[in-house]
Amino acid sequence: MGKILNILWFSMLILSVVCAVCTGRMEELSAAAAGGADQAVRLLLSMAGVMCLWTGLLKIAERSGATAVIARLLSPLLSVLMPDYEKGSEAMQAVSANITANILGLGNAATPLGVKAMKELQKNNLLRTSPNNSMVMFVVINTASVQIIPSTLAAIRQAAGSSHPFGVLPYIWMTSAVTLFVGVVLAKLFSLRR
Amino acid sequence: MFVLPGVIALVLVAGLFRKVPLFECFQEGVREGVRSLFSIAPSLVGLVVAVTMLQASGFFDLLSGWLSPVCSAVGIPPEVLPLGLMRPVTGSGSYAMLHSLLETYGADSFIGKAASVMAGSTETTFYAITVYYGAVGLKNTRHTLPAALLADFTGMLLACWTVRLFS
Repeated sequence: MGKILNILWFSMLILSVVCAVCTGRMEELSAAAAGGADQAVRLLLSMAGVMCLWTGLLKIAERSGATAVIARLLSPLLSVLMPDYEKGSEAMQAVSANITANILGLGNAATPLGVKAMKELQKNNLLRTSPNNSMVMFVVINTASVQIIPSTLAAIRQAAGSSHPFGVLPYIWMTSAVTLFVGVVLAKLFSLRR
Repeated sequence: MFVLPGVIALVLVAGLFRKVPLFECFQEGVREGVRSLFSIAPSLVGLVVAVTMLQASGFFDLLSGWLSPVCSAVGIPPEVLPLGLMRPVTGSGSYAMLHSLLETYGADSFIGKAASVMAGSTETTFYAITVYYGAVGLKNTRHTLPAALLADFTGMLLACWTVRLFS
């Protein structure tokens, strides 16, 4: 991953220089380099308020038992999608903890929980050197966004002066629900072909 | 418009009902928020600089010029296509790109909304795949990548379609 970002960052910078030479926008480019760094810090500061409001509220939600409620709702669905593991097993508990954290937008908690889930899944993976269908399903679910309140996004919209930073939420819910569905169906179909 | 006050009320009432120490909890969450903000700061600075420079160099104008026939055929504004390409690769990069689009076209414009939905409805696919399979040492990922990327592509199209259709 570090490698991809290295290449990407390098290419973006070089490309901008090359492009600016061709279009004769050298002056704008040097202004942008300095201005970009300044903008980044401003963006972080203007995002901070909304982000912190959400992480604060989420903590209360989490402590009030939202995590347990969501995990209970998920478990029957997940055992249908990942039939290689028994319902209530250590692995499936880790899986549902990870997906619950994703739904609530607890980004910092979700990744370690997901890694734990993968380790549990790998313990009973009969294929050993490649992921079984349930593991693929788990990762595909993780690459689709299932977050209810995308707080970073709302914070960026707020920072850009949106009059309703949360106004796009219904579209996001619709889009991510269909996207998740497509991902799950494709993962299932591709697994049948082998 | 009712989303924010509604969620706040719901969360607080649920917390009160469950006898959660509301304010302490809130502070703890904010502390975590600050920490995560600090953790994305370095990559965000690097990538906002890169996106701003690309924008100033005229690269995006050229790119959307070339891509506009293809994009308009499927209903994606060519301006948001670079965001769609960036989204599966880097979270900070796509936030940088989104920020630049919102600043240029306005957060509540069609482009601004479509870009927001695109950024909010998919995940950093390559990151998730690398981290999760890397954690258990699996190199072969079988059909993970095609399924995940096709889903991301669907998300890209739908983001634009839903915004166009419903607003």
